[in-house]
Amino acid sequence: MGPKLKQSYHHSVTVKVNEQMGTKRGYTFIQANRAWLPKFLLLWVMVMAFLSTWIYKKMDADNKVRRKEVLTSMCDQRARMLQDQFSVSVNHVHALAILVSTFHYYKDPSAIDQETFAEYTARTAFERPLLSGVAYAERVKHSEREKFERQHGWTIKTMKREPSPIRDEYAPVIFSQETVSYIESLDMMSGEEDRENILRARATGKAVLTSPFRLLGSHHLGVVLTFPVYKSKLPPKPTVEDRIEATAGYLGGAFDVESLVENLLGQLAGNQAILVNVYDITNSSDHLIMYGHQNQDGDLALLHESKLDFGDPFRKHQMICRYHQKAPTSWTALTTAFLFFVICLLVGYILYGAAIHIVKVEDDFHEMQELMVRAEAADVAKSQFLATVSHEIRTPMNGILGMLALLLDTDLSSTQRDYAQTAQVCGKALITLINEVLDRAKIEAGKLELETVPFDLRSILDDVLSLFSEKSRNKGLELAVFVSDKVPEMVMGDPGRFRQIITNLVGNSVKFTERGHILVKVHVAENPKPKDDAKAEIRLNGVSDAGALISGGCQYNTLSGYEAADERNSWDSFRHLVTTEALQNDASEKMTAADEASRSVTLMVSVEDTGIGIPLIAQDRVFTPFMQADSSTSRNYGGTGIGLSITKCLVELMGGHISFISRPQVGSTFSFTTVFGRCKKASRSDTKKSNAEDLPSGFRGLKAIVVDGKPVRAAVTRYHLKRLGMLVEVANNVKIAASAYGKNGSSCGSKIQPDIVLVEKDSWLSVEDGCLSLRMLDRKQNGRMFTLPKMILLATNITNAELEKAKAAGFADTTIMKPLRASMVAACLQQVLETGKSLPGKGMLNGPSVLGSLLCGKRILVVDDNMVNRRVAAGALKKFGAAVECAESGKAALKLLQLPHGFDACFMDIQMPEMDGFEATRRIRMLESQANEQMNGDTDKGSGRKDKWHLPILAMTADVIHATYDECLKCGMDGYVSKPFEEENLYQAVAKFFKTKPISDS
Amino acid sequence: MNIVNQLQRQFIDFSTSLHREGFVDDQFTQLQKLQDENSPDFVVEVVSLFFEDCEKLINNMARALEQTQGVDFKQVDASVHQLKGSSSSIGAMRVKNACISFRSFCEAQNREGCLRCLQQVTHEYSLLKNKLQTLFTLEQQILAAGGSIPVVD
Repeated sequence: MGPKLKQSYHHSVTVKVNEQMGTKRGYTFIQANRAWLPKFLLLWVMVMAFLSTWIYKKMDADNKVRRKEVLTSMCDQRARMLQDQFSVSVNHVHALAILVSTFHYYKDPSAIDQETFAEYTARTAFERPLLSGVAYAERVKHSEREKFERQHGWTIKTMKREPSPIRDEYAPVIFSQETVSYIESLDMMSGEEDRENILRARATGKAVLTSPFRLLGSHHLGVVLTFPVYKSKLPPKPTVEDRIEATAGYLGGAFDVESLVENLLGQLAGNQAILVNVYDITNSSDHLIMYGHQNQDGDLALLHESKLDFGDPFRKHQMICRYHQKAPTSWTALTTAFLFFVICLLVGYILYGAAIHIVKVEDDFHEMQELMVRAEAADVAKSQFLATVSHEIRTPMNGILGMLALLLDTDLSSTQRDYAQTAQVCGKALITLINEVLDRAKIEAGKLELETVPFDLRSILDDVLSLFSEKSRNKGLELAVFVSDKVPEMVMGDPGRFRQIITNLVGNSVKFTERGHILVKVHVAENPKPKDDAKAEIRLNGVSDAGALISGGCQYNTLSGYEAADERNSWDSFRHLVTTEALQNDASEKMTAADEASRSVTLMVSVEDTGIGIPLIAQDRVFTPFMQADSSTSRNYGGTGIGLSITKCLVELMGGHISFISRPQVGSTFSFTTVFGRCKKASRSDTKKSNAEDLPSGFRGLKAIVVDGKPVRAAVTRYHLKRLGMLVEVANNVKIAASAYGKNGSSCGSKIQPDIVLVEKDSWLSVEDGCLSLRMLDRKQNGRMFTLPKMILLATNITNAELEKAKAAGFADTTIMKPLRASMVAACLQQVLETGKSLPGKGMLNGPSVLGSLLCGKRILVVDDNMVNRRVAAGALKKFGAAVECAESGKAALKLLQLPHGFDACFMDIQMPEMDGFEATRRIRMLESQANEQMNGDTDKGSGRKDKWHLPILAMTADVIHATYDECLKCGMDGYVSKPFEEENLYQAVAKFFKTKPISDS
Repeated sequence: MNIVNQLQRQFIDFSTSLHREGFVDDQFTQLQKLQDENSPDFVVEVVSLFFEDCEKLINNMARALEQTQGVDFKQVDASVHQLKGSSSSIGAMRVKNACISFRSFCEAQNREGCLRCLQQVTHEYSLLKNKLQTLFTLEQQILAAGGSIPVVD
């Protein structure tokens, strides 16, 4: 069974793990595309590279356009300037031509000679900055050559300064500017360009230009401008012949284009940057250069052409500009693009890094999660394993213990018996340990579920105390419990676990305490007083002086007079608690009403001892499982140290909190809070009834005096007596008690007139004589007293000699041994007050014998369809002396139960064919009510046997579910017993009906 | 004395093993405790009642389950319930456990499963019968030898 169970469990764990993995693996987008991340990065880089290239190109193109625009504007500017200057010069030449025609031809004699002309032209040279010089050549026909040569005194020469050969016409220079005086007398017609120029000029009547050539005199390139000068006025629309006919001469000027342009350009800004060429493009196939070098370096990629119009329609000129240097690399663009690229690269890398990081973190997270699930599973498996193994160990252990018990029953030598007993003790210890481990494992595995049932906290505390009474008595310890009045009688919770906690704590205290007391105190938790806490802290640390005090024999106001670790438990606060309660008792009605408004109550439970305490260094690991204060502890005191950790777990499960204050060699006080539900009023009244049966009510209203020098102890005694409904007065010592008693006895009876005097042994021993005097006083007043108060001695332990003495001193009535328990006190009091009468409560827990006495002679009907069940039930009941009859069906039962019948009770199976237990019960109750009505009808005529027919019917059922229980009650049953029968269960069920009249019958 | 001791030991061993192997549980012990001078054969009586009952019920169920069509599962269930009740009454744990799974098959109206469980119940039943007979024989022997029957917790 073990391995199988484990296997299936393991399986379930893996399934759980898988499920968790499945549901928790919510992949993010990044995680899902993790393989694509490097590709994304690459793509990003490529896109960014492309973008930066594009940016670069765009910026570069912008630059180029701007450069071109600059070039264009510069070029155009230059061209326009050149053109303007040129036309200005041309106009002047024109003006000169008109001057010559006016003053040389129209005037007679001529007003101009060489000298005048030279003078005039020199003085007006600023008007013609582009011209190196002007000259006038007269038209001379060959027929007039001789006359002309004679007239001027020189022969006409060619350009090569040779006497001109014979031609049709000549054009010798007669006037010339000084700058070009060397051309005087030269025949302009002899030069090819000039001749052509002259011919074209006189034909058109306009200024004409030659193609560029090397000028005479200088080696600069230049052009010659020629204007015709006409003798007579031309007709309005002159033909070419008219013009030729009218031509008198030609005025010419040489443009030294090269130097002129240079000059011009020099005046303009940006001259250095650009390179200017001027071409004559009359012949479109062969451009003649006028300015600039043909093969000059420069930015050949970019050039601008500007048209030049020099006023000669025949000639065409153009200016070509280009930059000196190639366009500089655009650093701005390059830098911008590069930076952009770098930034994008970085951004990309950061994103990539982030993504990688996310992936890694998520991976880690998932890994951690998996590990956590595994760890949790392992933890659960461990607890499970512990639980299983402990469980498995218990079975053989029971066998071992059983065998040992048997062995002890046989005849053994004393040594053998010793061994066997030791083995049994060890075995029992082992079982306890295993149970503890099982508990802990259950808690850890979360399998421990708390019940919520109503229970009486006080009786549980009494039970626990009775468990330890033997031990504490042997050690001479005072063991006491005090429950504050404000604690509700019944609370909802888990009584078993509460008992376990208390048992653990008290057990520990008993184990570690050699002298002094153990006090369990329960009160309703209020808001803690911070001042007290602080004080407690201080005291906690200042241990040494307290130790000195105790050695000095100083008495403390605690239960036993020994110092306790937690001062909050000392008399000061205790008295406060008691007195406030006393005050509030008047207003208790109001209080309870208010209390009931809240559904739960928080109780503060403290267990105080005066034991060895917990060493300071060990205090923080007290609640750790398997950790005892130190290793010597387990040697000296035994135990495993698991108890407190379980206690802590349980307390926390109950919604509370546990803490402790401990001082080495002084004692420890464990306090815990726990939350219980309040019982509803209705259910409370139900349960109260059953509870009240536990404690006999016969003592209500009795008056008692408690004589005790120690207030705490007196309060505890008073608490127990109050539970019995007694009125209690506390006297500090015997004398006070005696005097109070005396007063009461003599004067008014309205004050306390004690029925019982309880004297603490210590108080009695300290003032022995006083006690005697008390007794004497009693005797003196005997005559007047109605009843004599019973004297009872309270003692933790008492020697025989002391007992004798006590009897002699008058405590003949009884001695109550501590620890006090309400039921025990009740039993003793009963014994004292009604001597000879047996007690209902006494020997209550003695089991079968009681059950036997309860059931003895009773006629009981067992109804069950199952033969075997029937037989077993019958056997069980017979064993307790009942007379059992059986019925195998509901119908048979009905037949037997026709009134009148002699049965005292009926045990009814629920699940039966034909008629089930519920139905049968309903019918029985119907019969009974009919009979009862009849009886009421003829009153007093009844047999007097019983007032009413009501047969106790108890259900027998295998499933003990509350629903079933409710159902049982609904159809008129009185209770139920679980099948198969258990003695205790049976007893509890039966006791309700038979207990009230147990002895009277017999 | 020796023989009695030996027998007693044997008896204890045997009944411990019965407990350990789960044939019987605490209820059986309770049953044994019920036996006293007034009813010396109480256990034997109850157990033989149980066996009779058992046999009858098993036969009933076997007959009901023989039908290939239209098995009266209600009837089978009632029988199983009976059997479960009586087995838990005498503390025959393994029979009871077999009955529990039997009932779930009955509720599911699973004939195959029922047949299998029936087989198991029959098996457990005969096993228990053998065991208990051995136990009773031992008891008889102890009593015959003049010893008392030890109580096993």
